[in-house]
Amino acid sequence: MNSYIAEKTISVIADFKEIDKDTISVETKLVNLEMDSLDALNLVFELEEAFDITIPDEQAFETKTVGEMVSGIENLIEMKENEDAGNGEEE
Amino acid sequence: MSTRRVVVTGLGVVCALGNDVAAFERNLFEGRSAISPIESVNVSTMRFKKAAEVRGFEPSELFEKQELSILKRFSQFAVTASREAISDSGIEWADEESRRRTAVVTATGAGGLTDLDDQYENIFRHNKPRTPPMVVPQSMANAAASFISMETGACGPTYTVSTACSSSNHAIGLAFHSIRSGAADAAITGGSETPISYTNLKAWEALRVVSNDTCRPFSKDRSGMVLGEGGAILILEEMESAKVRGAKIYAEICGFGMTADAHHITMPSVDGPVRAIRNALDDAGLEPEMVGYVNAHGTATAANDVMESKAIREVFGDHASKVAVSSTKSMHGHTLGAAGAIEAVATVLAIDRGILPPNANFNEPDPECDVDVIANEAREVSVDAAVSNSFAFGGLNAVLVFRRF
Repeated sequence: MNSYIAEKTISVIADFKEIDKDTISVETKLVNLEMDSLDALNLVFELEEAFDITIPDEQAFETKTVGEMVSGIENLIEMKENEDAGNGEEE
Repeated sequence: MSTRRVVVTGLGVVCALGNDVAAFERNLFEGRSAISPIESVNVSTMRFKKAAEVRGFEPSELFEKQELSILKRFSQFAVTASREAISDSGIEWADEESRRRTAVVTATGAGGLTDLDDQYENIFRHNKPRTPPMVVPQSMANAAASFISMETGACGPTYTVSTACSSSNHAIGLAFHSIRSGAADAAITGGSETPISYTNLKAWEALRVVSNDTCRPFSKDRSGMVLGEGGAILILEEMESAKVRGAKIYAEICGFGMTADAHHITMPSVDGPVRAIRNALDDAGLEPEMVGYVNAHGTATAANDVMESKAIREVFGDHASKVAVSSTKSMHGHTLGAAGAIEAVATVLAIDRGILPPNANFNEPDPECDVDVIANEAREVSVDAAVSNSFAFGGLNAVLVFRRF
């Protein structure tokens, strides 16, 4: 797991929830963060903004832990980098 | 014919004249105009530079973070005013049945549409790929009604009316009729509007009805309307139940009349307003001679003030010279969809306190506006009944009648 992405994800969640980031780890279950559906929607937006990615609808709410969230973000960043590289080659 | 009567038991307001009723009342009766240079938007390219802006309103002190994600400024005004009005009235919902018997009827002309400038700028200019997730629910016209319903648990007839400058009078009138008819026992009703955004100011500029001087209703040197922002909420209750709980009663709301001009999109007719005022007086069962005060629509445009003066003359006949008239828009600006609610608060306070609010910024009588204007200084007069007019673009007229209780 990319520790930079993990730290940044935790930091975004902590800012959003207005809680100390030391209380969140990759093991933290999202249900324990006491978020309702509006919070979840707003958090997905904050993560998209922070990482400059687009999280697909079907992936937006399926993660159970912060770690799964970090993995999902890693994948999306990787896909985006490959796409950008592919576009670069065509030019 | 129903014998149920309806009274006003609570008031709440946020507008340029005051962010609560106490401040509003003080400035209203002192005749202080809150129209000043616009601060929240860059108006360097506009032909007009003034409006009645709400100052010192701190949303973060009034709402939780998640609440702010779903409440735009127009909703924040309505919800804040509703909290004040509910607290002022002392109304409590002890059981589920009383919540089911409480209506929430709000009004707004444009709702959150005027708050979308930032989103358009992000999407079109900055090529941002997304908007925040709550733009749809925060922009919908009924955002405030829904939030008030959720916050209080009031779950009777709940909806939002949008008829431009008549929105709030239609909302309050319909809420009043709901209680009188027996469809509800209480209502949280009023309206809010936030017209001070760059795009919206440009749209008003293009209509060429906004003054760059100030708002001088009925004055010969008037030069147009001045926009204002704000919101106001009234608590209406069925009279007997209000008495039983020992509520403080400001006034009775006793008449509501509505008509359309069926004439022109922006030019008002005399006939539509005349019929609306007559309908409201008939609805109240009042003779015109009982009315001592008219809170005028009084936008200070050339067209409105002449038309409205003629309408008042036509309805009241010889008695018109004994009807004092003021447009409080001279102080809180034209708040469009919120106007009827803010002016209802002014009218109810006038009846309750025995003081008629002045028409500020008045310089010179206009022979074309042959009514008794309360020029610049409040009058200590106890009136039995008062009329509050709202006439909208599109020719939609809504008039409320209140009487001393």
